[in-house]
Amino acid sequence: MTEAAITAGAFTQERRRARRRAAWRRRRLVLLLMSPWLVGFCLFFGYPLVMSVYLSFTHYDLLSSPKWIGWANYHYLFTQDPQVGPAVRNTLWLILIMVPLQVLFAFGVAMMVARARRGVGFFRTIFYLPALAPPVAATMAFVYLLNPATGPVNVILGHLGINGPLWFQSPQWSKPSLTLLSIWGVGNLMIIFLAAILDAPQQLYESAELDGAGPFQRMRWVTLPTISPVILFSVVISVIAAMQYFTQAYVAANIASGQASQAGDQTVNNLGYPEGSTLFYPVLLYQHGFRFFNMGYASALSVLLLIVAFTVTVLIIRNSRRWVHYAGAVK
Amino acid sequence: MAEVRYVGATRVYPGNDAPAVEALDLDIADGEFMVLVGPSGSGKTTALRMLAGLEEVDAGAVFIGDRDVSDDPPKARDVAMVFQNYALYPYLTVAANIGFPLRIAKVPKRDREARVKEVAKLLGLTEYLDRKPAQLSGGQRQRVAMGRAIVRVPSVFLMDEPLSNLDAKLRVQMRADIAALQADFGVTTVYVTHDQAEAMTLGHRVAVLHEAKLQQVGPPRELYERPANLFVAGFIGSPAMNLLPAEALGLGTNGKVVGFRPEHVDIGDEGDGIRGRVEVVEDIGADAYVFCSADIRGEQTRLVARTEVRDAPQQGEHVSLRPRPEEAHLFDSESGERLTDS
Repeated sequence: MTEAAITAGAFTQERRRARRRAAWRRRRLVLLLMSPWLVGFCLFFGYPLVMSVYLSFTHYDLLSSPKWIGWANYHYLFTQDPQVGPAVRNTLWLILIMVPLQVLFAFGVAMMVARARRGVGFFRTIFYLPALAPPVAATMAFVYLLNPATGPVNVILGHLGINGPLWFQSPQWSKPSLTLLSIWGVGNLMIIFLAAILDAPQQLYESAELDGAGPFQRMRWVTLPTISPVILFSVVISVIAAMQYFTQAYVAANIASGQASQAGDQTVNNLGYPEGSTLFYPVLLYQHGFRFFNMGYASALSVLLLIVAFTVTVLIIRNSRRWVHYAGAVK
Repeated sequence: MAEVRYVGATRVYPGNDAPAVEALDLDIADGEFMVLVGPSGSGKTTALRMLAGLEEVDAGAVFIGDRDVSDDPPKARDVAMVFQNYALYPYLTVAANIGFPLRIAKVPKRDREARVKEVAKLLGLTEYLDRKPAQLSGGQRQRVAMGRAIVRVPSVFLMDEPLSNLDAKLRVQMRADIAALQADFGVTTVYVTHDQAEAMTLGHRVAVLHEAKLQQVGPPRELYERPANLFVAGFIGSPAMNLLPAEALGLGTNGKVVGFRPEHVDIGDEGDGIRGRVEVVEDIGADAYVFCSADIRGEQTRLVARTEVRDAPQQGEHVSLRPRPEEAHLFDSESGERLTDS
């Protein structure tokens, strides 16, 4: 080897080392910038997740220390708990009926607001406002509005000669009542849909119109494919929200049962009122954890919920590859 | 196939006082290739969109054939349009894009596929039929847009600056392709561009628009040789015509403007012409454009002459510019109208 070659070799080695040092410095900076999130993630998500999985294999009543019982909680969940079946069915009802209605309604309102020639800002605000109402307050308001005897809705229906239903007091009407509430508060989704619709290239509509497409065909061939990523997004977040549906059900059941008994006696187990029709899976979880103080079993329920939610999301996203078109994407 | 007529067609955008297109009268013959040309904001695209049905006709009328289509929706007009950015459906394949008008017209699948293949072959797109627009080059996308327009053989083709997103070389090639395609199909075509070279090479006739008004319509040669007014004289031709006050050259009285094309100005070392200093010499191959600045009646004026490259002076030289009087165009400086007949 000549002297020049040796020097050159030493030089490249030196440069390689310098580059490695620079890369490490960069990585350290990235880590530093991410650290607030990383700490939060580990503390408030990672740790509880691990603990939940651990607790799901124990008997734990918050007073004495957890006792390892193996698969017993899961065994009870899958084979013995009589409430799991109805809770899953109630939650499925939300996924299959409430979620599609929410998405359709948000899309429909967004289409109408997008087409409004005047007052787009006004309608946008009006339809968005309910989303700002705190869920507890909104639910209370709905329960009062839909009070079978004194609520204004049934009073008006009565004037029209219609015998209004019992709404939150009736097992048949409690879920539709909650659906009404959720549709009323669908402003967030509506805004996302509206942005996507307004973002669709005007020339695609004009081109389709020149090619003879009517309003329905323009929606089929231009609007829907263009906003398909947003449809996917709203379906996924709505399905996840439906699987975690709790606050409204809890508040509605509490207040409606209070109205019924004219006492609001908290010692009565009013979760799922009336007749377990609003006993959704998260309500069941809450009942075991915070009414019966059976943390081990509640953890098992929550682990199952996490697995199901994750699986459902993956399935939806997989399936979406056929019908979602990302702008700029090659495939 | 059909002729197209604008009769006093006017469009005023809501909230604007000035019309975007004012009382446009224009007859386009069956099978003619008509180019609408003008600077930005001249109303050329609005005029095209009025014909397409994408803009309302606020006054006057637009006819396709014998039919007044002013109030018809776009789909009832039997026109096909190529947009500036092509307006392809990004989520559909090339085949589906081209076949889209047939699909909307409920043409049976087998006929549709055959027709799409035919058009793809014509445009050299056969091997790209299964691709999405994002996988194509600009020129190929342009062809797909053309394919979608010709697939159903409309009465009128409308093209809104279809070549402006392409690079210079491709533009020249596509220009030739469009001209050939139009000649083959013989479909009445209205083509909008701001590029006067495109207008001059493509159009059977060219309509020049400026500030919402039609300035002149005629074959490209006529626009070049007999511009109807100062605007057309300055707009058509590159570099633009030299325009000077006529009395400076002793060619007329006050209130007149005289124009010379660069190729009608001779350059000499000295003599009785306009004295000027060479600022830039633009070599365009066999010829060169010589840009000079001259002092005309106390005003610095820019003059261009075209000469053979080997005769071109050097930058910074002082030269004498002699316009040929027999090639002069004379205009009224007030109205801008042409005064000479020759």
